[in-house]
Amino acid sequence: MNENSLLEMRGIYKSFPGVKALQNVDLTLREGEIMALMGENGAGKSTLIKVLTGVHVKDSGDIFIKGHKDAVQIRSPQEAQQVGISTVYQEISLCPNLSVAENIFIGRGEGRMVNWKNINQRTKTLLDSLGIAVDPTRQLGSCSIAVQQMVAIARAVDMECSVLILDEPTSSLDESETEKLFGLMRDLKARGVGMIFVTHFLDQVYEVCDRITVLRDGQLVGEYDIAEMPRVQLVSKMLGKEVDDMADIKNDSPSFSAKDSTPLYEAKALCSNQGIKPFDFHLRKGEVNGFTGLLGSGRSECVRAIFGADKVTGGTVRMEGKEVNINKPIDAMKNGIAYLPEDRKRDGIIGDLSVRENIILALQVKKGFFKPFSRAEAEKFADEYIKLLDIKTASTNTPIKSLSGGNQQKVILGRWLLTHPKYLILDEPTRGIDVGTKVDIQKLVLKLASEGMSVTFISSETDEMLRTCSRLLVMRDRRLVGELTGDQLTQNTIMNTIAGGESNGG
Amino acid sequence: MAAKPTTQDSFLSRLLHNQILIPLAALLLLAVFNLIADPSFFKISLGHNSNGDPVLSGYLITIIDYGSELAILAIGMTLVTAASGGQDISVGATIAISGSVLLRVLCGTDTRPEVLHSPIIVAFLVSLLAAMLCGAFNGALVAFFKIQPMVATLILFTAGRSIAAWVNNNELPMITEARFSYFGGYIPGIPIPTPFFIAILVFIATWALLKFTNLGLYVQSVGINEKTARLNGLNPEIIKLGTYVLLGVCVAVAGLIKVSRLSTINYSVIAKDIEMDAILAVALGGNALSGGKFNMSTSVLGAYVIQFLTTTLYKFDVQSDALSAYKAVVVIILVVISAPTVREKTSAFFRKLRTPDGAAKRG
Amino acid sequence: MNVKKVLSIAASSLLIAAMSAGCSSSNGSSSESTNNNSNESSSAAPASTDKLIKVGIINNDPNESGYRTANDKDLKAAFTKENGYDASFAYSLKNDEQITHAQKFIQDEVDYLLLSAADTAGWDSVLKDAQAAGVEVILFDRTIDADESLYAASIVSDMAKEGQTAVDWLKSQDLPSYDIIHLQGVMGSAAQKGRSGALDDTAKELGWNIVTQQTAEWNAEKAQQIVQSAIDSGKEFNVIYAENDDMAKGAVAALDKANISHGVGKDVVVMGFDCNKWALEELLAQNWNYDGQCNPFQSSYIKDIIDTLESGGTVANKTIIMDEKGFDASTITQEDVDNFGI
Repeated sequence: MNENSLLEMRGIYKSFPGVKALQNVDLTLREGEIMALMGENGAGKSTLIKVLTGVHVKDSGDIFIKGHKDAVQIRSPQEAQQVGISTVYQEISLCPNLSVAENIFIGRGEGRMVNWKNINQRTKTLLDSLGIAVDPTRQLGSCSIAVQQMVAIARAVDMECSVLILDEPTSSLDESETEKLFGLMRDLKARGVGMIFVTHFLDQVYEVCDRITVLRDGQLVGEYDIAEMPRVQLVSKMLGKEVDDMADIKNDSPSFSAKDSTPLYEAKALCSNQGIKPFDFHLRKGEVNGFTGLLGSGRSECVRAIFGADKVTGGTVRMEGKEVNINKPIDAMKNGIAYLPEDRKRDGIIGDLSVRENIILALQVKKGFFKPFSRAEAEKFADEYIKLLDIKTASTNTPIKSLSGGNQQKVILGRWLLTHPKYLILDEPTRGIDVGTKVDIQKLVLKLASEGMSVTFISSETDEMLRTCSRLLVMRDRRLVGELTGDQLTQNTIMNTIAGGESNGG
Repeated sequence: MAAKPTTQDSFLSRLLHNQILIPLAALLLLAVFNLIADPSFFKISLGHNSNGDPVLSGYLITIIDYGSELAILAIGMTLVTAASGGQDISVGATIAISGSVLLRVLCGTDTRPEVLHSPIIVAFLVSLLAAMLCGAFNGALVAFFKIQPMVATLILFTAGRSIAAWVNNNELPMITEARFSYFGGYIPGIPIPTPFFIAILVFIATWALLKFTNLGLYVQSVGINEKTARLNGLNPEIIKLGTYVLLGVCVAVAGLIKVSRLSTINYSVIAKDIEMDAILAVALGGNALSGGKFNMSTSVLGAYVIQFLTTTLYKFDVQSDALSAYKAVVVIILVVISAPTVREKTSAFFRKLRTPDGAAKRG
Repeated sequence: MNVKKVLSIAASSLLIAAMSAGCSSSNGSSSESTNNNSNESSSAAPASTDKLIKVGIINNDPNESGYRTANDKDLKAAFTKENGYDASFAYSLKNDEQITHAQKFIQDEVDYLLLSAADTAGWDSVLKDAQAAGVEVILFDRTIDADESLYAASIVSDMAKEGQTAVDWLKSQDLPSYDIIHLQGVMGSAAQKGRSGALDDTAKELGWNIVTQQTAEWNAEKAQQIVQSAIDSGKEFNVIYAENDDMAKGAVAALDKANISHGVGKDVVVMGFDCNKWALEELLAQNWNYDGQCNPFQSSYIKDIIDTLESGGTVANKTIIMDEKGFDASTITQEDVDNFGI
């Protein structure tokens, strides 16, 4: 173990039934250092954190902590705390109905007698030393989320932690709150605390971190000094595409240059309650475009705002030149918009209902409460789309939850195609499904576009986007930062735009 | 995986998972028990009541008579359960309210009217309105304020009977008009108890509602996955509210029967504990109390099975304050057999039974 | 998140509001009437305070039952200015509230404190205060756990006696056989114990046949089902002994359905308790046979005691058991219905 290392993880393996979550992952954290842990969804970030905090027990590998001669065994969160590892989660795990001081000292089991005056005094000293301006007797739930987060950190600091893990602490903070948090992090850094910072926000990484550990598909990609790691390189490491080596895959679908015609859909300064910055957006008949960006960049939130799935808080929308109000999904549906959501299980399927009912649902709702389809009509629709999309199901009566993921996705696709939308939004339609089905869906998208349907396509896989979209809108930190068309549609430019900052990638 | 079940598998699993299995098995069990203990249980005889009208009598008639209010409530309770994943425990108290309103309109301020102050239909419509308002109150708390159904309906459960008493100034009106007693008794010339006809009418009306509207699809969608339902253009709040209002309609009808049975009301004991029986009927019908898919007919069957049980217990002179203990046993059995682990074990057991059989065939 | 929080706060406050509204629907009205009454009496008092006897009456909520309503009406009619009393009324179903009322009456220097206690316990200290202040306490309807020296008299019903009166009446009917359906009240209540005990003892003694003995918990519907079940199973019976009028009514509904005649000179003897007005009317119409009284009219007894004490006498026997009638359908008159129906 190195002299100035606080924590070293060596050759960590962890697998779950059917998944190798971590394979031979190393991580080194030095004293007084902020380390960013980066990676797309499923890269193994959270598994690694959970191994470190004792939520999961590693299969093999060693963990060394400063001050312990041998490798330490961490089998529970308690053991993690004992060796000085503390975690502050995205969702505050303190008790909102207790006071700040109570939260800091609760469950620490020191002595049986509690001297509240003393504890409030100690809390005040602690908070003052960290520059957190809050009254120790105040009820925690009445403080802002940022303060709650900081109290959580103060609690960790007071428990004499040497390693502090911050798991997406900024995702519910606004800019000034984030700044305050960063100030506190820098303070702790000066005291020699080592921090592991998990976030999706690239800007924040470059603002406070010293080094970056990148994971992808459960494997270590590398550890880098922030100064030597241009943004675009980082993005390419995360996505697993080499910037310069990547061949351009041209989009062979016809590009839409009919600039003079009215857009099918046009939004001005649209925003929702999900924290995305107001954005402008338009789409022509028969066009396929896409939103891209890292996870959490706001790409899904944009299309949800278009469909009225989240609460729309501002902006104007025109369909074929006519101003319309889209506040809830039914408004969008009546205007011929269809939306296949990102999280199939949570937002897409009605698990216990049959394939047939799942297929007719949207059209049925559009048609109205008092006009149900007859069983025969419903069967006809279901059969039609089972055949069209090649859905593998025992019968139209089978509950959708017993189908495989890809077939569930096709059922939901069928549901929306049945409504004959003018504008189809597909959010991650290919996630978690087999390659064959992925290609089917891409082909289908292009076929639909050639028939005049407009499509917005979102995918984490850039080549899939390049293959289908003629225009890409790039999101970063919940802001629309660029629009790429024609020759710009290459992996390199996409990554550069995603990474943002200075053009240090080329 | 389960995409292509074999025919054998589907037959067995269909039998095992068919909702009607539970109430039917319970019914069969009770019937066989009574058949062995005393076959005269099933005797039905035609007699006359004290007005000289023909009436059928016998335990079976008693069951379809007294089970009817429960069956009607079970219909509404099934919808509420399916949509909101919780139950309305205030139905007994709202029956007291709607019954009290009914009598108030019929009697005015006179507790013993010689002639009714208003036609029965008008009084019923007013009580219907009152019951629907109570339902809307519960529904609004559940749908818009996201209060757990049991907690939300606890309000009327607690306060309802006082409200019912207040409606009639705590007087106990009594109706002497014979026509009013038809709803809970017999229509002259028809030997089958009227409540049974009313239950059938309500059942047919609900069936038609499910057939000619999308109520079933909407309610189940909201109950199974509210987020998806919203993204498919549904308004989950309105749908939940609607089910509570529909339950209010069922409450008003059940209230009419209850009040008509004795042509009077006792605020503190009318329809006492009926909410628990109605919930039990829904569960006995194989419907998940956590909401989602539902089956109306099995709930109704469940309601009559409960009355079957009650009547059987009365027949064997079981102390009536011990009835709830017996129902508790039924609840325990239900909870156990509907637990996922038990279901898994039973299907595994059946699979095991089948395997040597299948192997032998192949061999 | 914030919106949710606000909603849940709003919802819970609504919940609390609704609950308190529900509860106060009866309490509110009663406390109002308390105020009204005390206002009336105090405004009228200065005119002739010396001559009037000042009484403070603490009762249970008159909305509790028909019995209580009649009881309250009787007291209000008796203790009027015309009759020489300056009466204040207070109502509560809660013991601690009643105690507070009692303390207030003692401060107001009433001459007599009339009390129907919600609970038997907890009255010692306030009664001692009363004694120290020279206030005479008269208990009515309900007894309390306190030393006899602390009150002047206690006027109560004797449930066992009510039962015995009814059973004696039944014995006097000289039926060729006694096959009885016995519908009990909520098990363990004073009324149930007293009324069941009398029947049980006599049935054992005289070899009466109890066909069915079931609790219908004062509930007409349950009574109807129990009698229905007895009819369905073909049990022979000729007496319905129901421990209150509601249950008797439920039983009669089942009899009517099966065309079993009941009442005076008919197949089945119907007996009830409590003397509800509608029940006495059934007696008058010869549909029922007997109704036992549970006397709510305590005012005359109280007046007697006050008169005795005012004239300097003492009450010899502190526990006074009221006369409680049993009405027979063959002798009941419209006058009885008007006087004793509650």
